Amino acid sequence: MENKKKKSEFSKYPIEDKTILIIGYILLGLFVVAIILPMVYIILASFIDPVTLQNKGLTFDFNKWTLTAYERVLGNSQIWVGFKNALIYSILFTIISVVITLLAAYPMSRPDFKGKGFFNTLFVITMFFGGGLIPTYLLISNLGMLDTIWAILIPPAFSVWNMIIARTYYMGIPRDLQEAAEIDGANEMVYFFKILLPVCTPIIATISMWQFVGMWNSYFDALIYLNSASKQPLQLVLRSILIQSQPDPGMVSDMQSTAERARLAELLKYATIIISSVPLMIMYPFFQKYFDNGIMAGAVKG
Amino acid sequence: MGKASGSTASVAKSSKLHNFFVYVRQHWQLYALFIMPAFLLTIIFRYIPMGGILIAFLEYNPIRGILGSEWVGMEHFARFLSSPDFMRYLMNTLKLSVFGLLWGFPIPILLAFLLNRILSTKTKQRIQLVLYMPNFISVIVLCGIVRILLSPTGMVNSLLGTQINFMTMPSAFRTIYIASGIWQGAGWASIIYTAALSNASKELKEAAVIDGANIIQQIKAVEWPAIKDTVLIQFIMAVGNIMSIGFEKAYALQTDMNMSSSEIISTYVYKKGLLDGDYGFSTAVGLFNTVINVILLVSMNKIVQGMNEGKGI
Repeated sequence: MENKKKKSEFSKYPIEDKTILIIGYILLGLFVVAIILPMVYIILASFIDPVTLQNKGLTFDFNKWTLTAYERVLGNSQIWVGFKNALIYSILFTIISVVITLLAAYPMSRPDFKGKGFFNTLFVITMFFGGGLIPTYLLISNLGMLDTIWAILIPPAFSVWNMIIARTYYMGIPRDLQEAAEIDGANEMVYFFKILLPVCTPIIATISMWQFVGMWNSYFDALIYLNSASKQPLQLVLRSILIQSQPDPGMVSDMQSTAERARLAELLKYATIIISSVPLMIMYPFFQKYFDNGIMAGAVKG
Repeated sequence: MGKASGSTASVAKSSKLHNFFVYVRQHWQLYALFIMPAFLLTIIFRYIPMGGILIAFLEYNPIRGILGSEWVGMEHFARFLSSPDFMRYLMNTLKLSVFGLLWGFPIPILLAFLLNRILSTKTKQRIQLVLYMPNFISVIVLCGIVRILLSPTGMVNSLLGTQINFMTMPSAFRTIYIASGIWQGAGWASIIYTAALSNASKELKEAAVIDGANIIQQIKAVEWPAIKDTVLIQFIMAVGNIMSIGFEKAYALQTDMNMSSSEIISTYVYKKGLLDGDYGFSTAVGLFNTVINVILLVSMNKIVQGMNEGKGI
């Protein structure tokens, strides 16, 4: 039914428009294929025996398929430690950062707030200018925060950009709500927590999502501030497997020759990519609308 | 307060101050609870390091601290600017971001136009789902994917029937960096244009169709005007960020062999500072980068103000 309607709509176009449309559809199709192809290749390759993969590439001879790579990666504690740490850091960071950002956005959204210009300038300057890597590193070091999770959770906790987005959202909430609350004798705290926040859930969800994914996917701060193996988040574990080709010795040590070990280390990469990407990929379609909301919120200000 | 003074100016001033204190007393929660955490974090982790910029002018000794270290003035800057590496790192940084912008900027716009022409909503949503997906892959995993696909036995080589090791080729680095960026980000970046296009007035478009406008004419008369402002703003922001190209991806795509094109200022700052412990020099290089960035931003903002009747970003 729908297909029929589509067809008739398409046939209404004059011939030169049809040509343009067909070229356009082909281009879009190529882009979609270019995105899907590597993913499919990696999924297939992750199941194939390393010797076969290296010599013959992909094969559909299922005798050559194996779950070795998954067993080795999942059977090693390193990747689980990474997952656990990433989950803890991301959840804590999301909570701390969203609370601080939402709180700060409230006074900044009030037209009567005295000192708004001062705070605004103070915050916005930091979006464009900073001390740089070494001065920040030395400060963190002097504060005794090196190799503690606070080094990656606290310094980036206040996001000026998210504050601006939250502020813009607050300002879209009708002022009547606040005036009504003030007449009822509610103070700032009551108004903020009981009246304002409940109507701001879409933007809160969006910012939380951003902060969570941002922390989950980043590795630089952890690379420079966390040294203990037990504190490494997932991305650093992935880095040693995927970028440095140095998986935890436990994953490959039973192999006799160096060549075998190297081959296995290559195979482990495919499985590692799948294992590490699955959680976010599964979550993503469910949260898509929050991300889309966020992009638009950013655009309003931009 | 202002009673003793006779001049009206100071009376006005002190009553303003008085009003301010009254306001603060009435709304102390706004200051003490709402803005305080953000204020403290900003001062401690953003402004105190700005003071640390002094290190760029010192032969910094961590034990003696900033006050005890020897003042060397512009020596670090002179050393960096006169070294043969300076031009290379600067050009690597600029080329990576300028070419990245030239290739990466138009593609999301094109994608949005194409998506806008899909007649079935369901198909459109499915395609969008696929286009947005790579955005959620982390930098490390993206670079891991790139590395295995481009390895001598990887997918690209088996498609081409060759055994080229792309990751060791300096000439391939920029293409790899930019193409993988488009692969990952173009779909996501198109959202904003797709939204702007869907805001294009339906009636205007229907009128254009009734008048017999073909697709090219519709794009010129209806769709392009609808997204023009968005395109402009996105472009200005992108230009303003040209020097702030990130550390994470370049570092994860570097190999010993491709360093001559993959070493950019941010990776150099990291290596000089944290790996070699050359604090003063590294800070100077970082500061140099920041200053260029600020100059770019300020001049872009001036240009926008000129075009936008005095309103900057």
